Amino acid sequence: MPEAPKSLNRPDGWAIVQRNRPAMISLVFLIAIVLIAFTVPFFLPASLKGTSSDAFLPPLTKGLETPVLHLCGTDKNGQDLFYRLLTGAQVSLGVGIVGACISLVIGTLYGMMSGYFGGKVDAVMMRAVDMLYAVPRILFIMIFIAAFDSGFKDWLDAARLWAQQAEWHDLESTARYLIPYSKILVMILSLGLVEWLTMARIIRGQVLVLRELTFVTAARAMGQGGVGILRKHLLPNLSSIILTYLTLTIPAVILDESFLSFLGLGIDDPAASWGSLLKDGAQVINPIESKWWLLAFPAVLMSLSLLALNFLGDGLRDAFDPKSAD
Amino acid sequence: MFVFLLRRLLSSLLVLFFAVSLTFLLTRSLPGGPFDKEKAGSAKVQEALLVKYQLNGTLWQQYVAYMRDLVRMDLRVSFKYRDWSVAEILAQKMPASLKLGGMAFLIASTLGVLLGGLAAMRRDSVMDWAAMFVAILAISIPSFITGPFLVAIFALWLRWLPVGGWGGLSHLVLPAICLSAPYVAYVARLMRNSLLDVMKSDFLRTAKAKGLTETQALTRHAMKVAILPVVTYLGPLAAHLLTGSMIVESVFNLSGAGSIFVNAIQNRDAFLLCGAVVIYCSLLIFFNFIVDLFYSILDKRIRLYA
Repeated sequence: MPEAPKSLNRPDGWAIVQRNRPAMISLVFLIAIVLIAFTVPFFLPASLKGTSSDAFLPPLTKGLETPVLHLCGTDKNGQDLFYRLLTGAQVSLGVGIVGACISLVIGTLYGMMSGYFGGKVDAVMMRAVDMLYAVPRILFIMIFIAAFDSGFKDWLDAARLWAQQAEWHDLESTARYLIPYSKILVMILSLGLVEWLTMARIIRGQVLVLRELTFVTAARAMGQGGVGILRKHLLPNLSSIILTYLTLTIPAVILDESFLSFLGLGIDDPAASWGSLLKDGAQVINPIESKWWLLAFPAVLMSLSLLALNFLGDGLRDAFDPKSAD
Repeated sequence: MFVFLLRRLLSSLLVLFFAVSLTFLLTRSLPGGPFDKEKAGSAKVQEALLVKYQLNGTLWQQYVAYMRDLVRMDLRVSFKYRDWSVAEILAQKMPASLKLGGMAFLIASTLGVLLGGLAAMRRDSVMDWAAMFVAILAISIPSFITGPFLVAIFALWLRWLPVGGWGGLSHLVLPAICLSAPYVAYVARLMRNSLLDVMKSDFLRTAKAKGLTETQALTRHAMKVAILPVVTYLGPLAAHLLTGSMIVESVFNLSGAGSIFVNAIQNRDAFLLCGAVVIYCSLLIFFNFIVDLFYSILDKRIRLYA
């Protein structure tokens, strides 16, 4: 439904965000998590990073096989949970951010085209979005994963064999290194291809409003073409709304990924994500011998990160898109 | 009214047709066939199986044949569970999901509207702040975290409720809370924002000017309008909740319809998957229709013609 045109000279959105204390705390927290997840693992001793015979050690105990401190305990394969949490954060956040960016590009292009051309094109394009909404999302995600998964792995394997024959050792080792992680790339692509529907709707609504404003008419009168208007005049005005919905799409993608990994359909060992760690934790929960750390640490880390992303997204939305607060 | 209903029905059928077509064509064009795991590997046996389950010929021929059966309300048989027709499998799995989803829907709609309404009426109070904080918490924490924690607290530690499985009403409580939690939060936020919007409108000022108290104005006038966006959201939500959730089913060890989607894709069981999509879309269409009816009752300006 087209919204009423609203004034463009609202008070500065960034000032509103900066006064929003939960959003700012969340922003700091998220930056800290990203920095820690992507730097600290490099400084951990190598003996922490593999499997060992020290299975199910509680937090803050020293290993028997290798005398290193396990900050968050170990899992059933004797792997250090702290290290797994950080690499899991790399995977979960990476999938969330890159997947959300893919969906953002698709959604923005789709929404801009639909809104700018209007009329019949708009009607058909939005009808298609309505229809895609009618098919359960999990179905598309799983179909995409099934379609890409085997093909991608085969392709990597073929590259590895070819490199082996050609004695091109760098490529061979790269391919060999990537094969266990091919699932992650497939997940990113699949989730990105599915999550763009809401983004397309929001962008279209904004473009419908913006294209009626005088600066667009002026640009058209000066001979600016459709693509130029979309790129030079509409895109800058959409940037804050795109950023807002990007922040809200990231937790949605992270949730989808963890959901699939929890069911055992996503990230597999040796790679980890918050979802797969939670799956491992939920499997060992029992009333006799509680291995609480395997469930508690991933749960707290994941919940706090999603909470921070949602707080930040809400803060941005309140500042830049006061009309469409749901 | 009649013309509206007819148009609505036609466009709904189009959505259903599109969703089933897409599902069938995508599933059948995935790598890996339904009989790849069979032990009898001879080409003749494979061929015979394909003919028996009407999967021979080009993709287009299979699709047309399937659609013809579907029009005659025949959902065919599952490739994976050979002795079962798709209709039988759905009839066996749906009741559990309907019960659980229905209960979760009741919790989400009533509690959500109540909390959201209270938060809006006491705007910027501790109550408002607390309700909205709990809401964002419930949205952020996925059901596979709340599930094990609820089990650990209420089933293993306090021993008030059973851990999982299917039985009386007590078996439903934890899964229903777990399933409904994020949706209570969505509904509460939607209700709060919508009511705040309405409270700013002119007709409410008029209502107060003619002598109604705040509470009277809210219950007699504002609620009716403010609940419209919530009703719009509740339609698709009902369809979503009633078709089950794989996560909640796996955490609480229930046998419901949520696992059908995932298992059918894993097994490349195209007919079962399409059957599940037919049920989901039919529920979606039905509840959207109910939403339209509610709209015309709640808001007298809307007439059922388009």
